[in-house]
Amino acid sequence: MEELLNILNEMHPDVDFATEEHLIDNMILDSLDIVSLIAEISDVFDVTITARDIVPANFNSAKALYALIEKLDNEA
Amino acid sequence: MNMKRGLKIGISAMIVLGSLFLLQRLLMPKYVDDIVEGAMVAEYYQEEKDHDVLFVGDCEVYENFSPIVLWEEYGINSYIRGSAEQYIWQSYYLLEDALRYETPQAVVFNIQSLQFSESQREAYNRMSLEGMEWSPVKVKAILASMREEEHFLDYVFPILRYHSRWSELTEADVMYMFRTKKVSHNGYYMRVDVRPAEDVPEGKPLADYSFGENAWKYLDMMADLCEEKGIQLVFIKAPSLYPYWYPEWEEQVEAYAAERNLPYINFLELQEETGIDYTTDTYDGGLHMNLSGAEKLSRYFGRYLSEEIGLPDRRDETELAAVWKEKIAAYEAEKQAQYAYYGIEKES
Amino acid sequence: MFFTSYEFFGFLTVLFLVYYLLPKRCQQPLLLAASYVFYAAAGLSGLLYILATTVTVYFAGLRIGDNLKRQSAYLKARKAELDKEQKRAYKESQMHVRRRWLVGCLLLNLAILAVVKYANFFIANVNSILSAFGGGGELSFLSLALPLGISFYTFQSIGYLIDVYRGTAPAEKNLMRFALFVSFFPQLIQGPISRYGDLSETLCQPHAFTSRQFCFGLQRMLWGYFKKLVVADRVLAAVSTITGDQMTGGYVLAGMVLYTLELYADFTGGIDIAIGVAEALGITVQENFHRPYFSKSLKEYWRRWHISMCSWFRDYLFYPLSTSKPMQRFTRFARKRFGEKVGRRMPVYIATFVVWFATGVWHGANWNFIVWGLCNFAVLMISEELEPLYSRFHQRFAVGGQSWYKFFRVGRTFLLICVLNLFDCYPTLSGTFGAFASIFTAGNWSVLWDGSLLSIGLSALDYGILAIGTAVMLGVSLVQRSGGVREKIAAKPYPVRFVLWYGLFLAVLLAGAYGVGYDASQFIYNQF
Repeated sequence: MEELLNILNEMHPDVDFATEEHLIDNMILDSLDIVSLIAEISDVFDVTITARDIVPANFNSAKALYALIEKLDNEA
Repeated sequence: MNMKRGLKIGISAMIVLGSLFLLQRLLMPKYVDDIVEGAMVAEYYQEEKDHDVLFVGDCEVYENFSPIVLWEEYGINSYIRGSAEQYIWQSYYLLEDALRYETPQAVVFNIQSLQFSESQREAYNRMSLEGMEWSPVKVKAILASMREEEHFLDYVFPILRYHSRWSELTEADVMYMFRTKKVSHNGYYMRVDVRPAEDVPEGKPLADYSFGENAWKYLDMMADLCEEKGIQLVFIKAPSLYPYWYPEWEEQVEAYAAERNLPYINFLELQEETGIDYTTDTYDGGLHMNLSGAEKLSRYFGRYLSEEIGLPDRRDETELAAVWKEKIAAYEAEKQAQYAYYGIEKES
Repeated sequence: MFFTSYEFFGFLTVLFLVYYLLPKRCQQPLLLAASYVFYAAAGLSGLLYILATTVTVYFAGLRIGDNLKRQSAYLKARKAELDKEQKRAYKESQMHVRRRWLVGCLLLNLAILAVVKYANFFIANVNSILSAFGGGGELSFLSLALPLGISFYTFQSIGYLIDVYRGTAPAEKNLMRFALFVSFFPQLIQGPISRYGDLSETLCQPHAFTSRQFCFGLQRMLWGYFKKLVVADRVLAAVSTITGDQMTGGYVLAGMVLYTLELYADFTGGIDIAIGVAEALGITVQENFHRPYFSKSLKEYWRRWHISMCSWFRDYLFYPLSTSKPMQRFTRFARKRFGEKVGRRMPVYIATFVVWFATGVWHGANWNFIVWGLCNFAVLMISEELEPLYSRFHQRFAVGGQSWYKFFRVGRTFLLICVLNLFDCYPTLSGTFGAFASIFTAGNWSVLWDGSLLSIGLSALDYGILAIGTAVMLGVSLVQRSGGVREKIAAKPYPVRFVLWYGLFLAVLLAGAYGVGYDASQFIYNQF
């Protein structure tokens, strides 16, 4: 989780990712952010996030995103 | 509660329908001050319908014959159901429409419109059809006349057609929302001014001189309808120099008249007999007769109608004579007004 | 049967009556039948295309869905026997089966789309290459009628199939339900491009008549007709005068603003009608616009304009492409080769380029649209690159929160959209660039205020109506920011509501550009 927050903060230093729950709905993360985020995550956590996983529910908060990473990690 | 709701809906519906009706009346063209031709079809319904002869056709009937002269000189009670560029299917349905009210002894049709086999302009359709009273005949007339871009619904609700006229409304649109003004004398449109015919152009050669299938169809229907009702149908060609009347067209009409055993008079060939003088008897260089021309033509044609067709002299019918007396007065009044307007000196 | 034809009103009246009078179980078949009648009115041959897409996608979806189910049943039954490696191998083999169905069906449907829509464009380009090399033998053009709305229903069907493949939507077993999803008539000719998950359920539920919902639907339609007939169709003549007569300079400036107004009124109006019709039937269709001209950047604009198309490209092209394995491999390579910063952005740029190329192609078989797409790409990427510069600017000058600066950004974005729309106004690239250049070279900006604009087919009265219409649209958008306009009106006393809605109706009736003398009733987006 710590690592994920680091990645996010690096992208948008002005956002408090620990508490923000509407990253997609409030248009904080756009599609370009998401793609670079996925590349980062794939490097750091060694999981592959595919297009099917890119839904607002998975990206709206750091918590949800971390849950997705854990889920993918278990599946692999 | 329910009653309140019903009342609300009722009042709203009344406001909507009432205002739409008023708007429609306001927006429809009134044809009282200019293009009065548009008001002529509707005017027929105000008449006592007991005519001996009806004319149907385009401007070549309603500008070229004066029912007043026919009455004054021969006692013939006539009416002209003419309208601008009246197509033959419209002539047919206007005739069928008139026959719902009366059966004249004779019907006169000007064959100029045989040249068209389909409606040429929406505006002319409007002027010929809108004035008709609603009946199955009107429905058929509309369906026969509509061009591709037209919709039947626009005839049922003319507001859909004239919705954008609000920017060009005049006083007359308000004044004549619910009443009309007489614009013709039993269908005759009077003009007293003169513009001699000079240099009437020859007709351009056509690729095909034969009349269209649709035109023939309605000519047949007209002849059949008259036959069935025991009405004598008479074909004429008014002495208008233009649009050009081709000899090839003349042949086809002559052949048809002979085949159906119907009389056909081409006034273009009767200049001497009628006494038409194209330097004094036309107001637009030979397209249409003015008052002088129309009266000369009526004098000649009236003699034909009473002698050859046997139309009765009804000048001794007192009621009818009284009606005509008023019509003659209106006719004379307009004559004087027009002389004054055009600045023409005439002995009264 | 266009939305603005009398036939459509007759069709709707009959449909509404039958729809709410018949038992609810008849609603679904009735809607499907109505949709096919609506579609067949544009030509029977079109029906064949839409049926072909419906049936092929339906079957492919079934096969993929079955396979997914079999796979999980198999894995469940042998949970204990198989080790991780075997499971993965099995999954992999099954995925290949599913992928074959997916790819086969996509190729088939895209091929149909390509042939009817792009074959002649392709032939024209081949011919010009041939003639450039002096080769003889010209290829002759195909004369295929473009089936109405083929881009829309093909995309909608493909979206469904990909959802099934990804396992995010269940495969539809009921052919009728699926056919209705593909061909639901209000959105058939110009969208929105709905998602299966959004539309299917609301489409197939039984719908009871409620007067509020029905009235809301009619109100939405009326609003759409206002935009379409009073504003869009009025502008049409002027824009075609300017582009058709190749007027220059100030006229182009006026024309591009007028066209941008027209496009908005036409497209959002058409969508209002579509959503309104659906709403009157009790069906919720996703919104396609979110006050797009209030956008502060082009990027934001493309999140708020034609949302269903943009999100389609994002979800079914941009993400799959940018997160695909080859792309990730390439990214790793690029980061080594070009450095961390550039390399990381490579996949995004490549995917964005492909998306905009495809968006351009989707809009029309024409180089103009392709270049239009690429110009959008260029602007978006340049502003992305300039982002650090912007933030430094904003750190130094605290203008970001000030309203005049917001206005400035909205105005700048609007102007940018106007310029990009020029591609849509002219048939050729040289025409487009020539017109754009003439804005600066013709030196006749005075036509904007010296009365010359009265001679392009719009009278002073027309401009007045357009000004009022634009003001009304702007006002509605402003009010909308704090919640639905219809809800707000519905809360007002009856006389107020009556005057407002009847007034809007009269405005459409009297100021609408319809009937004899106006033949402008085709929606712009029908062509795509």
